[in-house]
Formats: sequence, C-alpha cells, structure tokens
Amino acid sequence: MNSDNASIFKEGLWHNNTALVQLLGLCPLLAVSGTVVNALGLGVATTLVMAGSNITVSLIRNLVRPELRIPCFVLVIASFVTAVELLMQAFLYDLYLVLGIFIPLIVTNCVIIARAESFAAKNNVWRSLLDGLSMGIGFTAVLLLLGAIREILGHGTLFTQAELMFGEGAQWLTITLIDDYRGFLLAILPPGAFLVLGLLIAGKNVIDKRRAQRTIQTVATPASVAAESST
Amino acid sequence: MLGQYMSRSAILLGLFALIGTGLVALVFTATEERIAESERQFMLRNLHAVVKPELHDNDIFHDMITVIDPQRLGTKNPVPVFRARKNGEPVALAITPIAPDGYVGPIKILVGITFDGTVLGVRVLSHRETPGLGDGIEEKRSDWVFGFNGRSLSNPGSKGWAVRRDGGQFDQFTGATITPRAIVKAVHKALKFYALNRDQLFQKTSLSPTEIHTEITHEEEATHE
Repeated sequence: MNSDNASIFKEGLWHNNTALVQLLGLCPLLAVSGTVVNALGLGVATTLVMAGSNITVSLIRNLVRPELRIPCFVLVIASFVTAVELLMQAFLYDLYLVLGIFIPLIVTNCVIIARAESFAAKNNVWRSLLDGLSMGIGFTAVLLLLGAIREILGHGTLFTQAELMFGEGAQWLTITLIDDYRGFLLAILPPGAFLVLGLLIAGKNVIDKRRAQRTIQTVATPASVAAESST
Repeated sequence: MLGQYMSRSAILLGLFALIGTGLVALVFTATEERIAESERQFMLRNLHAVVKPELHDNDIFHDMITVIDPQRLGTKNPVPVFRARKNGEPVALAITPIAPDGYVGPIKILVGITFDGTVLGVRVLSHRETPGLGDGIEEKRSDWVFGFNGRSLSNPGSKGWAVRRDGGQFDQFTGATITPRAIVKAVHKALKFYALNRDQLFQKTSLSPTEIHTEITHEEEATHE
C-alpha cells in the first residue's frame, strides 16, 4: 500500500473519523449502539452504502453539472440504501427487524453525502472507494466500541443475539460477563449513548494531545543538546 | 440557450432517476422471493411457538383470513387470523392483535387460542418498550408472558384480567406497569373477539377479506355493541 492510500485510511479511521471528529450521522450512531451486534449490522450497512455511493459519484463526477450534483447524489445514495435494505431483509431478516427504521434512515446520514460532495466528487474511483471504505470502517469501529461499552454496562453481556447476524450456530458467541446482573439502565438509554460517546471523544483528544507533546519533545531534545554544547 | 440548458439538465436528472429505479427494481426482483420466505419463516416460528406443530396437520400459515375490529383488536387495519385444523376439524387459531396503549407506541402480539377458548400462548412480535424495564414482555428476557398460558375468559373472570396493581391476577414489572397492563388488556380483548366470532372465524375458508370484515363487524354490532 503506498503512502497515499495509507493516508486515506488514517484519515477515515482516526484523524477525520466521522463519529469522533466530524461528529456526523450521530442519530443512528446513538440509537442503535445498544449492543455490539446491532452496532455491527448498522456499521456494515453504512459502509456498503458509502463505498457504493462514493464509487458511483466518482464515476459521474465529470458528467454532472455543479447545480445538479446534490439531487443526483441523493438519488444515487437513496438507490443504494434501498438496495441494501432489501438485501438485509432477504438475508438477515431478524437483524432487519431489530434495526428497523434506521436502515432506511441511512439515506439521511449526512456522512454519506458529505463524503460524496467533499471527496468522491473530486477524486478518482479508486481513491473514492478507499475513502468510502475507510470512513465506513472508522464509523463502524466507533459504533462497535460504543456498543460494547453500553452492552457490558447495561446488560453485563457481549455479543448478545449474535444469532441475528450469523445464524443459529453463533449463539456460543454470546458472553455473559456478569451473572445475575441487574443491568444499568442509563447505559442502555439514549443519554448513556451520549455520555459514552463524549468519553470516547475525550479519550481520543487525550491521545492526540499526548502524541503532539511527544513529537514536540523529540524535536526539542536535539536542539537543546546542540544549544548546550555550543556554550 | 436557457431552454436548451434546462432540457439537458432535465434529461440528465431523468436518466439518473431511471438508473436508480432500475437498480432498486433489479435488487427487488432478485430478493423478492427470499424476503417473502424470511417473513414466512419468522411468522411460522412464532406461530409454532404458540400453536405447536403436532396440534394440527394443515398449512396454518396459508389457512389465513383477515378480520377488522378496531375496538377489540386495537387497529383499524386488517388483522390476520391463522387457523389450525386436524383432520379438517378446527383445533386452535392464532390472532395478531395490537396493544395500542404501550408505553412507547403500539405493541404487536400473537395470541394462540384453542377451539374452546383457552390461551395456548402469547408472544410479542414487535414493540419499542423501554429496554430493561418494559421489555420483560419478550419471552427471551423473562417468563412473564407464559403467565397467560391456560387462561380463558372464565379463568380468571373479567375482574381478574388486569395487573395486580389494578386488582387483577397478572404480575406487573417493578418500575413498569403500563406495558404489562396494555398486553393483559389486549389479550383479554382478543379472547372476547374470539368468543364472539368463533364460528365465523373457522368457517370462512376462501372468502375475499373484504367480505369477512363486513360480516364480522355486522355480527359484532348486532350481538354486542
């Protein structure tokens, strides 16, 4: 992988993460991150739509006049979402029932149109695909983390209802971490989602700050040594 | 000049709409059967949870009629009734009424009733009740819903069909009374509906839905309201 591709992925996963930095598409993020399996379902659906719409938008970027681009992009995105919704209904029916309205609502997820507008409309197909995938994976990763934290706090389990996504054979995936756990209601309800997301953003900022300080120190150290030796 | 520009834009947009619709139509036709099958499986799983497969020998999923009774079934829309028969004799049916007064919107339930009017079982098909409080109505989360098994209009009597807080015989959850109350009420009403319409419900075999609705509504008005 050359450095250009790598930097696209770094953007999507960390520096420009949709959920932690851009803070876009929070409605589905907060609503369906109650358990890991729900989070994974929505994350994968969003990633698929984002990759598909980015490719298409990139392909047609020279064809569409600037005045027409928004309606065209919306048409493309809506078509992809409907297709993904139908596929999910066909192959993951139980998960579809749980996610319900949040699958069609991917259309209104502003992350997708934002990437179409700010990246895919200006870049070639390959880079747009990478961007769609990395943004989607970054979004899914945060969803999963949020889902895992809320599920552990709220239910004391991990991967509950894994059979919704992987079939009946996957029930063994469900881990009960705390037996006879009474549950922590706040973590399951929307306020819990906001709180955990807030903590995640804070955590990311702390890590970024530490990193920045370290680079300053490594830059500063040789200079100070040089200054001392000259005296 | 402007006209040309506008028509070109219109054609372009139209083209996109066409391609988009084409894509959706393609996926739709490709998945149509599979989706119908998934829905059938889901319904069948729930049906067989309340009306055990060994109770009947007919295709319960297709031996279905729809009925309308907003008063007792909680919705203005047609409600499906699945009939179970053995050797042609009616043994039980399953009906899917709505409990309209859940804490967060309507709750769709499935009630299995034997021919003589006893509850075989109740399942919650869809709901949006508070997780951790009201969702105890799901059979996965607590066995509350099994408390309906074996109940009927005479067991308990009319006063007993309520949660304990209202002087009835059904438990509520700590911190959640509204959800169980809504379901107890809906099951009770479904039983009343069944008692009033039992013979029609099993007789009509292949009538168009509209015929059945009107008939049952008339019958209801004549005998009850």
